[in-house]
Order: sequence, then C-alpha cells, then structure tokens
Amino acid sequence: MSQPTVDEVAEAMYDLVKVTHGKKNLKAMDLTKAMIEKFGEDAVDKKFCKLAIRQLIDSGRCIYSYFGGSFITLPPEEGSGG
Amino acid sequence: MSEKLRSTPLLDELEKGPWPSFVKEIKKSAETNTMAEGTLGQLERSYMDKISHWKHGGLVGVMGYGGGVIGRYSDLPEEFPEVAAFHTYRVNQPSGWFYTSDVLRTLCDIWERHGSGLTNMHGSTGDIIFLGSTTEALEPCFADLTANGFDLGGSGSDVRTPSCCVGPARCEWACYDTLDACNDITHSYQDELHRPAFPYKYKFKFAGCPNDCVASVARSDMSIIGTWKDDIQVDQAKVQEYAANGVDIEAEICRLCPTKCIKWDGKSLDIDNAECVKCMHCINVMPKALRPGKERGATILIGAKAPIIGGALLSAVFVPFLEMEPPYEDLKELAEAIWDFWGEYGKNRERVGEFIQRVGLGNFLDEIGLEPVPEMVAHPRSNPYIFFEEELEEDE
Repeated sequence: MSQPTVDEVAEAMYDLVKVTHGKKNLKAMDLTKAMIEKFGEDAVDKKFCKLAIRQLIDSGRCIYSYFGGSFITLPPEEGSGG
Repeated sequence: MSEKLRSTPLLDELEKGPWPSFVKEIKKSAETNTMAEGTLGQLERSYMDKISHWKHGGLVGVMGYGGGVIGRYSDLPEEFPEVAAFHTYRVNQPSGWFYTSDVLRTLCDIWERHGSGLTNMHGSTGDIIFLGSTTEALEPCFADLTANGFDLGGSGSDVRTPSCCVGPARCEWACYDTLDACNDITHSYQDELHRPAFPYKYKFKFAGCPNDCVASVARSDMSIIGTWKDDIQVDQAKVQEYAANGVDIEAEICRLCPTKCIKWDGKSLDIDNAECVKCMHCINVMPKALRPGKERGATILIGAKAPIIGGALLSAVFVPFLEMEPPYEDLKELAEAIWDFWGEYGKNRERVGEFIQRVGLGNFLDEIGLEPVPEMVAHPRSNPYIFFEEELEEDE
C-alpha cells in the first residue's frame, strides 16, 4: 500500500469515529492501532497518527470528551444540548 | 440576593469560629455575581440532602485541546439555573507558584469578567483552579488567559500539569533546579499535556531533595527527587554549637537515624555515608551544621497514585541517580519509553503503577529497555522481587 497522507489517515479516523459513534468510545490509541492495521506499520506509525489526530481535532470534525477517561468523539449536534 | 438564598443555616455554621471560611468568601462574591449566589444555594441544598448535586465530565473544552477544562453541571438546573453549567478551568501555574501581585490581579480580573470569580489556589495537582464557567464563556476566557501569557493545564488521560517545589529559589537543600526542570518538561510535552493520548493520567512532580515537599512519592507517576552521591557535608564547629545550645545529638540525631549510621562522641559527628539512606532527618534537625553532598542529581521513581481506582501506591525507584542538567534528555527518554509501552498496552484508567503490577516489573523493564539494578526498590532494604530471565533459564 502506498504511503497515505495525514489528511487520508485523518479521514479514515473520522470514518471510524462516525461508524462507532454511540456504540463504542474510542481513545487516541484505539484510532492509532486501527490505522496501523488498516494502512500497515510500514506506512503509518504512532507519530504519524498523532499528526492525523491533531488535524482531526484542530479542524473541529472531532472533539475530545471525558467519560471516566479521555475519548475522541463527534461534536454534539446543534441544539442537542451537548 | 434572591429569596431562596436568604436562608443558608447549614452553610452559616461553617462561618463560625476563628478560621477562614470559604462560605464567607462565596457570600462576598455572591453580592456581585449570580453564579456565586447559585453556588451557595446548591451547596446548602447538598448539605441538606447529604449528596453532591454536581455531575462532571462530558464534551466541553476549548478548540484543539482535550484537557484543561472539566465539564461540571448541576443536577438541579431548574432550581439553580445560575449554575446549570459550572465548568472548571485548570490553568497551568508557574513553576514553584511564584507570582507578582500584578499577575494575581490580572488572573482575578479575567476570571471575574468571564466566570464566577471563585478560585482555588491551588488544586492538588498544582494548577490555578477557576471554578464556575458557562459553556459560552470558555473560549473568550481562554483567549484572555493566553493573551496574558497563561495556558491551560492537563486533565483527563494526558500529562497532568507538572509541578515542583520552590527548589533553589528559596531552598538551600535543592539538589537540582526543580523550577527549570519542571518548566522544561512542561514546554517539551505540550502535545501530551493538551491532547490526551494515554490510558489515564500521567503526573510528573519535581522535588529538590528527599524531604519531597511536593509529596511526589505518593502522588506522581514519575517522581523526580533530588539526592546526592557523595558524603553529607558536615561543619563540626556548628554541630558543637547545636550541642552547646541544648540539642541532644545522641537522642535526637543518632538514635533517630533509620540506619544508625551516625556516631557522636561529644566532640565530633561521624557519618558512615555508605549506610545513609538520605532520609534527611539529621540535616533537618541541624540545618546549619549538615548539608547534602556536593555531587547532586535526582532519583527517578515510578508508579505512585492516590486511591481513586484501586488502592494507593507509592512510587518505587527506577533510576537511582540521574544528573539533572538541561535539556534532561535521559529523563525524557525514560518517560517516552514508558509512554510508548504503557500507552499501547495499558487499560482504560490504568495508571502506570498498576500497569507495572499487572505486567510484572521484569517485563516492564525489558520493554522500556532498562536494566534491573538492586536499587529498584520501594524503600531501602526491601526486596524488589525482580526475576531475571537468564537466571530462570539456568535453573531450568
């Protein structure tokens, strides 16, 4: 598999967060492990995934939440009251 | 003040006596701030019901950060709408908690503009705590803080705001520059501090000497405690002065030495330094006569935690002696190796001390690339119970 860009990994992370939303809370390491499995450890590593997570959070597409631990999740929908 | 808050008989009890009272202070704030007023009402209700009416957690924070804001809500929002959202900020304190009065005024002004005006100086991790913000006020308050040189601290599963004792700024026993080390680690690990990526919290605490004024041995995942390698410095003339002034050196120093490594013949103090376990007792009793040695550095201990989940743990020695000079590469290398292994295999809400217990110290050392040494103990003369694979193989 060719080397993915940070954007592509962030997009794959976003898809995973979206699919598991409401079913499973994902930590940063869960996303990292999933991306290493998806793209291969020769293509992405922990540092690369860290950049993708940062991009995902800084763009506002995902946010951190705290439910007895810190997770990465979708932002609350407008009017949902958080 | 609204009708419902005119009567706070249970809280009023806490204003009695000669001690400072947080109720008195909240009442003062409540004269001008409705959030402080709501706090009083809800607090009185909590004392009546004998249960907290706060719930915490959730989805609040500032853009880009996963730590520094703790979501807090009232479970009686209709009764106390002023505190329906009452979030907490953790603001990264300066090393050693040194402020100018101007800075303190600035912080108070910011907080009165955006929140309840109530603070906790400081939280148990060391941060400046701002209590009581609405969700809408979070970003503007954060912008004001950063414009004035402050940043948020840690919360959640991240590096918590590192803290240190006052160190060489005020203490002659500091064996390294705790203020600089704390500042350096804080700046080096901004990403780990603001973007939670660990199984749970990770705390650094820097103590300049074994007195451990920041209680790092009981509270931090990584305790960096100042120590020395050579002999305690002794000024025999001053020792004699202490004796002449009524200090019973035999009873107060020699007999209380945990390893009985000090002898006093009435004229001079003789210390068997090889037996000294750096408890600091003799130095604390005779500070003018005794000082830590000249070859100074720090001992690195790992794994303490308070009993939130599971029992309390004290940290245990990992690196008996490390020179503490900027840029602290060895310390960083060790911390990163620990994060790498614990980060990947730690369970949610498992502190590194608990993780070591689960996987075994031998395996843990193997994975982080540290050779076992006999000094890796919880306290002097205890057995570390490290099983060496090579020895096991030989036995088989």
